Amino acid sequence: MARQSEGVGYNRPRLALHVPEPKYRPGDQVDFSHIAVPEAGAQPRPDETGPASETSPLCTDLVRVLGEDHQAHGPWDPRLAPEQLRAMLRDMALTRAFDERMYRGQRQGKTSFYMKCTGEEATSIAAAHALASDDMVFPSYRQQGILISRGYPLVEMINQIYSNRGDKLKGRQLPIMYSSRAHSFFTISGNLATQVPQAVGWAMASAIRHDSRIAATWLGEGSTAEGDFHSGMTFAAVYNAPVIFNVVNNQWAISSFSGFAGSERTSFAARAIGYGIAGLRIDGNDPLAVYAATRWAADRARSNNGPTLIEHFTYRAEGHSTSDDPSQYRSAQEREEWPLGDPINRLKQHLIALGEWSEEQHTDMDLALAEQVKAATKEAEKNGILGHGMHHPFHTMFEDVFEELPWHLEEQADQAIRERQIKWPQS
Amino acid sequence: MIEAINDALDIMLERDPDVIVMGEDVGYFGGVFRCTAGLQEKYGKTRVFDTPISECGIIGVAVGMGAYGLRPVPEIQFADYIYPGLDQLISEAARLRYRSAGEFIAPMTVRSPFGGGIFGGQTHSQSPEAIFTHVSGLKTVVPSTPHDAKGLLIAAIEDNDPVIFFEPKRIYNGPFDGYYDHPTKPWKDHPDAKVPEGYYSIPLGKARMVREGQALTVLAYGTMVHVAEAVCREKGVDAEILDLRTLVPLDIEAIEKSVEKTGRCMVVHEATRTSGFGAELAALVQERCFYHLEAPVERVTGFDTPYPHSLEWAYFPGPVRIGEALDKLLGA
Repeated sequence: MARQSEGVGYNRPRLALHVPEPKYRPGDQVDFSHIAVPEAGAQPRPDETGPASETSPLCTDLVRVLGEDHQAHGPWDPRLAPEQLRAMLRDMALTRAFDERMYRGQRQGKTSFYMKCTGEEATSIAAAHALASDDMVFPSYRQQGILISRGYPLVEMINQIYSNRGDKLKGRQLPIMYSSRAHSFFTISGNLATQVPQAVGWAMASAIRHDSRIAATWLGEGSTAEGDFHSGMTFAAVYNAPVIFNVVNNQWAISSFSGFAGSERTSFAARAIGYGIAGLRIDGNDPLAVYAATRWAADRARSNNGPTLIEHFTYRAEGHSTSDDPSQYRSAQEREEWPLGDPINRLKQHLIALGEWSEEQHTDMDLALAEQVKAATKEAEKNGILGHGMHHPFHTMFEDVFEELPWHLEEQADQAIRERQIKWPQS
Repeated sequence: MIEAINDALDIMLERDPDVIVMGEDVGYFGGVFRCTAGLQEKYGKTRVFDTPISECGIIGVAVGMGAYGLRPVPEIQFADYIYPGLDQLISEAARLRYRSAGEFIAPMTVRSPFGGGIFGGQTHSQSPEAIFTHVSGLKTVVPSTPHDAKGLLIAAIEDNDPVIFFEPKRIYNGPFDGYYDHPTKPWKDHPDAKVPEGYYSIPLGKARMVREGQALTVLAYGTMVHVAEAVCREKGVDAEILDLRTLVPLDIEAIEKSVEKTGRCMVVHEATRTSGFGAELAALVQERCFYHLEAPVERVTGFDTPYPHSLEWAYFPGPVRIGEALDKLLGA
């Protein structure tokens, strides 16, 4: 074995595998001072019709609008009217109130599962406000804020979560896997990142038809490791598809920190440049930055200047889902120490600083929203909760597999109905 | 068969502005098997175009196009290379209608050359139909003649469900009787090669009676229809041969009627045996025709190995393997 004593590799340290490790584990003191938080307003805003390469410096920077003084700064300030700011604030607060109640509903056994988006409300809601209402969105499971922004009825959302007889998806889908064609909200899949090339295909179709609508998709930073992300980025670049990729970098993919998706080497936005796509890395807890970046990318797409990837730098404030306990793998201090704060509080403080909002108004709004969610919950519960028998009829299980029921599914539907009669002869 | 497929695509591109043809090398070049030759020139680059080499991407964007309202016809260059697109096919295309309660559909037809007999080795010979027949929400079609290829492809493109359309490449240029050492005859001398001009469709879910007979029922599809037919002819067996054409949904009535008449059944496919589609066919025949059966159902299939290169003809379920099964079934 010549390899041992001579030639390539001789007299070098042995190879060592690098396995990423998050900075803080349960019980650790958290210090986020290593996260560079640039001054709000300091980032340049290139023309949205320019070449993708011009966005390169912004892929490792952090576009911020709202400063410590709660005022909007710099060229990315979208200069929104107070009514629009209040509408965004309301949608974010409503989403948080909804999450709180549904989480409790799951704990009370009314449904099997729930996922909150606490701390990430801006990444869906401010973006939805910046898109046209008929732009098609291809969300992951943590963008319930888009549906709420688009006025989808809360009762319908709860019906879906309870899988009851009012559920428009007929109890077929796991809670929160919403779908609403009427709200240009694509059916959510449990399979991660599959929506990315689909959004690109939808955008290509819109371009083939000379339509004016664009597509936007969301995925977590963990899901960027899936092959579908690469496929989607490649196709979007090749066909200059009018699409926006939103990578919600909330630092955690269940128990894996973002290092397992490659964050130790570069930003997620920086990946855009390699594909020839414009990239923006933004403060995901700054609703004005999210709005402005989405508007920039939407204008770029709508004017045939191509796709954009936006990395929303944010923090998943809660557990991954109702089946997850984050205290098992990360320090509870992280949430408190997160340097970019809370998106709802930041917008609230901004409106107060503008003289367009007050603590009293905010408290009143929160109370009213909690009442609204409570009323919707009561309304939905009339249609039943999970496991209480008020579900869709058995034969609906066999419908929509195909457009028409083939013979083998007809036979199986008969079997299911027979089994039901054996189990409940009285019914 | 290549011309028939090209003709079907041409007709559907002409009839329906929503039809989009795409895949690796399908555009300017016209496809590695020439199935899309001339179509880009005729319909333009936004109707017929080349794609990056990414099966996941091809199927994924087709799902998105279908959600928009187009009717994409993506091509996967070889069925052996469909696997990177499986998540998009199984988790997405097949389930879109179901999980959205009909709000979104995937009216796409995935065309892909399949099957062996061409010295394609491990990755140009596979018959992965059983992967797709096992997925609820997908339809799977395998034509065996130019006439059927055109009519079935038109029906598949018009169908609002996702269809996997496997084209047996061994019979692209002419029928194949299993005698690899004989020269291949072109389709033009074959009665099933007469392809009517213009639009026609053949309903999915209907088998074709290749030959009526009394001695036994042969269930086959693709290349194996021709091989089984030739062996039965040579051996003078009065076989009833059903070309299934569509595996899902299956023409169960035609199968039951035939087996009830003959009392014997042989299932033939190129794909590997274990958990192959033949197992489903044998189980169905056993369940539904048990009291008519006079012998156990025979399965004639490829062996449970990857498709070999040099030993192709030892692997392929050719005349000897089919002949043995016939003898066994008929008690010779």
